Amino acid sequence: MSTTSPVETTGAAGATYLDQRLGSNKFLARNLGKVFPDHWSFMLGEIALYSFIVVLLTGTYLTLFFKPSMVELVYDGSYVPLKGIQMSEAYSSTLDISFDVRGGLLIRQMHHWSALIFVASMTVHMFRVFFTGAFRKPRELNWILGVVLVTMGLGAGFTGYSLPDDLLSGTGLQIIRGIVQSIPVIGTWGAFLLFGGEFPGTDIISRLYPIHILLIPGLILALVTFHLLMVFTQKHTQFPGPGRTNDNVVGYPLLPVYIAKAGGFFFIVFGVIALIGGLVSINPIWIFGPYTPDQVSAGSQPDWYIGWLDGALRLMPNLESHIAGFTLSWNVLIPSVIIPGLLFTLLGAYPFIEQLVTGDKREHHLLDRPRNAPTRTALGVTAITFYLLLFIGGGNDIIAAAFNLSYNSIIWFLRISLLIIPPLMFVLTRRICLGLQRRDNAKLLHGYEAGRILRLPHGEFIEAHEPLSVKQLAVITSKNDIAPLPMPQKTDIDGVKNKRYQIENLRSKVSHFFYGENIPLPSAAEIAAGQAHVAHEAAIEAPLHAYEDADQIENFHGGVLHHPGMAPTNAAQQDER
Amino acid sequence: MTDLTPHGNTPAKLGYSPVADVPHVLRVSDTDPAAAKRAERQIASMFLLSMFLVVVFIVAFCTIDKDTNVYIPVFGEVGFLTIVLGFTSGVSILLIGTGAIQWAKKLMPDVEVVQMRHEMTSPQDATAEAAANYERGKDESGFARYKIIRRTLIGAMALFPVPLIFLLRDLWSSPASGTLTPDEILSHTLWKKGERIVVDETYQPIRPEDLPIGGLVSAVPANLMEVQEVDGNLNARGKAAIILVRMEPQEIVAQQGDGWDYQGIVAYSKICTHVGCPIALYEHRTHHLLCPCHQSTFDLANAGAVIFGPAARNMPQLPIGVDSEGYLVAMDDFNQPIGPSFWERG
Repeated sequence: MSTTSPVETTGAAGATYLDQRLGSNKFLARNLGKVFPDHWSFMLGEIALYSFIVVLLTGTYLTLFFKPSMVELVYDGSYVPLKGIQMSEAYSSTLDISFDVRGGLLIRQMHHWSALIFVASMTVHMFRVFFTGAFRKPRELNWILGVVLVTMGLGAGFTGYSLPDDLLSGTGLQIIRGIVQSIPVIGTWGAFLLFGGEFPGTDIISRLYPIHILLIPGLILALVTFHLLMVFTQKHTQFPGPGRTNDNVVGYPLLPVYIAKAGGFFFIVFGVIALIGGLVSINPIWIFGPYTPDQVSAGSQPDWYIGWLDGALRLMPNLESHIAGFTLSWNVLIPSVIIPGLLFTLLGAYPFIEQLVTGDKREHHLLDRPRNAPTRTALGVTAITFYLLLFIGGGNDIIAAAFNLSYNSIIWFLRISLLIIPPLMFVLTRRICLGLQRRDNAKLLHGYEAGRILRLPHGEFIEAHEPLSVKQLAVITSKNDIAPLPMPQKTDIDGVKNKRYQIENLRSKVSHFFYGENIPLPSAAEIAAGQAHVAHEAAIEAPLHAYEDADQIENFHGGVLHHPGMAPTNAAQQDER
Repeated sequence: MTDLTPHGNTPAKLGYSPVADVPHVLRVSDTDPAAAKRAERQIASMFLLSMFLVVVFIVAFCTIDKDTNVYIPVFGEVGFLTIVLGFTSGVSILLIGTGAIQWAKKLMPDVEVVQMRHEMTSPQDATAEAAANYERGKDESGFARYKIIRRTLIGAMALFPVPLIFLLRDLWSSPASGTLTPDEILSHTLWKKGERIVVDETYQPIRPEDLPIGGLVSAVPANLMEVQEVDGNLNARGKAAIILVRMEPQEIVAQQGDGWDYQGIVAYSKICTHVGCPIALYEHRTHHLLCPCHQSTFDLANAGAVIFGPAARNMPQLPIGVDSEGYLVAMDDFNQPIGPSFWERG
């Protein structure tokens, strides 16, 4: 077709070479034109992936200089304020990376920023998947993988945060020691095994190091690969729109558009992280000083993703039980072990819970609009509210200082809020969703408000309604009406007792909780009639822009009023047009 | 149904959308060759600028001294080299991305195409074949028949990782003496009767008159320095750190033991009973001690009682007195383990 360049000839030869050994052309034939749907929110997962790649690259560089050792030495680098101070080799080598390796600080800051962005984008990506129902069959397993990945991201972040052995990270480890020690029966031994004895010991940095640079990243890499393979095999979900069904994928082909966009986006994420890493300081460990277990700086704050756990620790009332000579520290156990454990378990189990109460075993590739799953959306908002309140709790000292408030009252406010605000948000969100559903139905039956005010011949003012566009129609009518599961019968027709009555009854009750309130879509006939009616009305009320002297018509805020030369009636005007 | 993929150059440039009857809006670069040419130039300049910035990066790396600081408003005093390296590498990488996306958006087809999905469930015959293969394997191996082989195999598989757990046992073993359990180690500190209380960092012994009313001193036992030297770690410091505060003797409402103060000077552990942060925020009018980590608040005038926050236990008090030379000393070790709770604590 076109001329072939030498590069292409070589490329083709290379492809043939590989194909003869791997059969790779079959794969290419199938997939070079593979279609990926487009939506801004699909970028969130991409940001997570790309920032993870940046974390790996920068992290590898840092291992070339960092020494994971707690051997004490006297600092003799170029950061003057700490010259002659005793510190661990880990801290001193981190100072060297920051001050004596050219570009070292850039890479260190890029590593930290990309780690923060990695966890943040995973979290927001998870929200997107949750609120659009992208976790439904056949993607439940990928959801679980995602939850595991988020957990690992937190682990990777925390272990990395602890490595420089500065005053702030050491305080974080001290809190971890307290948490491990609170675990019943095995806690004390667990802490001793972890730290190689008492806190802080001399082992923890060199033990966290392989976990941080090998174990967790290796696992994340493996799981991310599976995560992506599943997306590839199952094909990406898509938002509803014209021509988009549960059986097709509408979007851009892998080659060239998707590769250009996704590949380009990698460089954008990478570039932005490099810019932030160069321009915005993060974790200035030289200010905190080396770690010692008897000092702490006021306003000690963990990285943002640990903030909610720290907040939970702060808000928990001081319960402790002493039973038969043993101590149970509920004040540590509940906020730092039980709550996160429960939260992540619920998160992982959610797709299955929802499947149980819908009884829906179909495959879903068309995404839900959050309003069309009011209970799910409300549950998500409730969880996020809970999370945010804990997060605010984690920064209560900062808030107290910034707004001159008493931290006691902030804590009491948050303790009470934790019980009141999440349920309130649940009710509110569900109401808003149902309200939006009603509005959608009104649009289907009566068109949308065009923002055009008309004066009828007899003087009445009305607002014109216009029929929906093909796109709006497709989006709104994508709604899936789900009927709650019926209440089970105690006995069947023959009077035989239903042994599963209790379970089915519960399931039906939860199902009613989820789907009892629903504003069903009007029937196709009703929609067609509604739209036809609106189209007819709209034509009659059509604006006057076609007139030659339209520019003389006074434009009002919100619409156009009649002008002197208009036809006497709308009908006459319609004929004219 | 057959898959629909874009074919050659026919639909792309004509504004045809195979998706539905939504009119496809042509871009300026589709209709105006001059605009297309302009886009081409823009994209190429981005890639060109990206290359140029790499050159700037190299020059900066080789010429800028790593210790040079510059003042930049908002950012403050910052390392010049880090900023220049970050800026040049960041923008050069960014430009590759913006160029590629600009290319995709302006010059590559913007027509959406359709592909059909296929149900994930395998076709019946494949499932049947898999089942048949499984049955054959089961028969040939005799997995179902040889009950005893099966059960012993499962047992062996369950047990073989167990040694791993044992291998982790020596992540910690009791030092020299070899008999102390973790809870015993946690229960004792360096403090003992007659041990001098010295100022942290300077190791100066303290006379009662050195400490004014309302004053606070972070202190450690005099023998800490040598112990720390011998142990090669900060463990002893992490347990023995105390704070000394002085108040009017009549202000003391309660203590953990009779006469554990010395003329209004009381000594409390510095390690929070919540999760172990060192505490040093003391308000001398109220005698409140506040933990900066989780805001547990203790009243040092009232036996170190918790008055707010997540800590469940009083701050342990150290009984103090003076020795023959008039220096402050401990009268005993703490009568309870300091720091966060643990299971065996009782």
